[in-house]
Amino acid sequence: MVEQTYKDIYNKFHDELLGNSPEVLNSVREEAFEVFERMGFPTMDQERYRRSNIPSLFEPEYGVNIKHLMVPINGQPFRCEVPGLHTYTFYVVNDVFASDVNKEEYNALKEKGVIFGSLKTIAEEHPELVKKYYAKIAPHKSEAVIAFNTTFAQDGFFVYVPKNVTIEKPIQLINVMHADFDFLANSRNLIILDEGAEAKVIVCDHSEKDRKFLSNRVTEIYIGKNARYSHHKMVDSARATTSIGGVYIKQMEGSTSNISDIVLNAGFVRNDVHIDLAEKYAETTLCGVCIGDEHDHIDNDTFIEHSASNCKSTELFKYILDDCAVGSFAGRILVDQDSQKTEAYQSNKNICSSTHAKMYTKPQLVIYADDVKCSHGATVGQIDDGALFYLRSRGISEKEAKMLLKLAFTNDIIEKIDIEALRNRIKVLVEKRFRGEQHRCTICNSCK
Amino acid sequence: MLLEIKDLHAIIKSNGKEILKGINLTVNSGEVHAIMGPNGSGKSTLSSVLAGHPAYEVTGGEVIFNGKNLLELSPEDRSHEGLFLSFQYPVEIPGVSMTNFMRAAVNEHRAYKGEEALSASEFLKLMKSRSEYVELDSKLAGRAVNEGFSGGEKKRNEIFQMAMLEPKLSILDETDSGLDIDALRIVAGGVNKLKNADNASIVITHYQRLLDYIVPDFVHILYKGKIVKTAGKELALELEEKGYDWIKKELGE
Repeated sequence: MVEQTYKDIYNKFHDELLGNSPEVLNSVREEAFEVFERMGFPTMDQERYRRSNIPSLFEPEYGVNIKHLMVPINGQPFRCEVPGLHTYTFYVVNDVFASDVNKEEYNALKEKGVIFGSLKTIAEEHPELVKKYYAKIAPHKSEAVIAFNTTFAQDGFFVYVPKNVTIEKPIQLINVMHADFDFLANSRNLIILDEGAEAKVIVCDHSEKDRKFLSNRVTEIYIGKNARYSHHKMVDSARATTSIGGVYIKQMEGSTSNISDIVLNAGFVRNDVHIDLAEKYAETTLCGVCIGDEHDHIDNDTFIEHSASNCKSTELFKYILDDCAVGSFAGRILVDQDSQKTEAYQSNKNICSSTHAKMYTKPQLVIYADDVKCSHGATVGQIDDGALFYLRSRGISEKEAKMLLKLAFTNDIIEKIDIEALRNRIKVLVEKRFRGEQHRCTICNSCK
Repeated sequence: MLLEIKDLHAIIKSNGKEILKGINLTVNSGEVHAIMGPNGSGKSTLSSVLAGHPAYEVTGGEVIFNGKNLLELSPEDRSHEGLFLSFQYPVEIPGVSMTNFMRAAVNEHRAYKGEEALSASEFLKLMKSRSEYVELDSKLAGRAVNEGFSGGEKKRNEIFQMAMLEPKLSILDETDSGLDIDALRIVAGGVNKLKNADNASIVITHYQRLLDYIVPDFVHILYKGKIVKTAGKELALELEEKGYDWIKKELGE
């Protein structure tokens, strides 16, 4: 059993792991390990994992970075640039937070009272704050992948935005997989917006191409009353990289979130998004564009829970699959009893542009309240022949015409990204991706 | 000779039904030809086949356009060679802006001729001047191709694209359908402005009305996949007066 390796690691290095880690993270470790020990990795006969073989991902003997070792990056690796976009930039290399928070560029954040930096450090410096939220949103007691993450988590990115504080400039978190050997990274992020706070976070996932990497990144986000939060993730990784994990969000009364997932390049992605609209008048927009070709595998499992009345959710995912790529989308929406006046809309549209590409789509609406407006729709099709001929009849080559139509297909989703410079950049990157001009985003040059 | 169609036969690929059953037609530069005919006679099929629509298969005959075997060319190369089809039902393409669409088209035409791509400012100037041909709003540039356009705007947009691409041969497939009289005048005005001694048009229509504005040199009647009668512009008037039954009678049906 592939689990046994990791159970042995935990038992053998238990003391060292606890010794390296802050008390807050250790306090749930044992409990998480018991869950993992009992459940093991989810297998493909479990409904939610029918399309992704999780145990096989752990088969290579990666080991675990128990010692919290930093793999140094030589030269000048991190110059991240989106034209016209200025961000507070932070790095997590593998599973170690790697930015120097004392740099001047972060002073504006400090002046606002924002607490940010390494989860490990902040958990030591502000244990009460971290304890209040850590492992409270991502369900490690019922999800083995989260239990695994919680068992071994030592570090990641942390930010706390105090009450009524607005951070105008987006925060950019860059996750890089970098090592001269195959590596399993297990990182944990915690993002907290207190009442009335506002922040935007851009997450970029990158990896080097020469090694096999597996990342299991779990992000918990708490969006307080009337707070406004945006979270845009872009995956631009090498084909030999596997990414699992997810984003777990809890929204309080009147809060708003704008979440997007753009998969530009990836070998294997299993991404879970769970948004709990825990109090009334909370709103969320969850979007995704996934581009796959060759043997790429992109699996999104989303769950939006309307736990209170008068909440609204809009969910839009589009996949464009070529060659032998496999896509999977599951969209569960649960409207609890008494969540009256709920509005929940979901749409998943997909293009398979080759005969071998496969798309699995599964909308699931479970509604226990009567006074609600809910809709869902899913399509899998090809590029519209009529539109293709129209473009070609004007002298646009078949290849270019297909590219224009694919871009057009993704356009409405990208338009939902609420940071203009990022939106424009992603349009360019998506176009380059479809043209096959480039396999790296150059938002940073960390993975050249 | 700009276009020579000889004994053209074509079927619908999906069901094998033969629609064109031996078309013969010759068009010279400087000429305007009208093709009229009852519903289902094959008018739109002829225009689709000439433009290279993949739903049809040519089963016989040949088409020489500008000295080249048209049927061997891809739809895009037919366009590059100077063929233009104004669609009866222009396609809406959400997410593709008119500017990007036309820039791609114009620059591929230029590349085909070995010319450099237009600069952004040259291109926008061209867009602006050509949109005036059909009194199309300049806001059009930012809108998606035909999305949310009214029937009249769609047809004006077709003629605008024709003005951008300056084809040698334009096929106007029922460009008058769905147009009120003002829009018809604007569309026809655009077509007439683009007319010169080096280009030609084939105007496909049900009604004489359009031919008051775009005056043809020849009128052909297409019936059951064949051209059964050809004459001057007076034929359109006669047809309007007597109806298609007259043709059927003449053919002994």
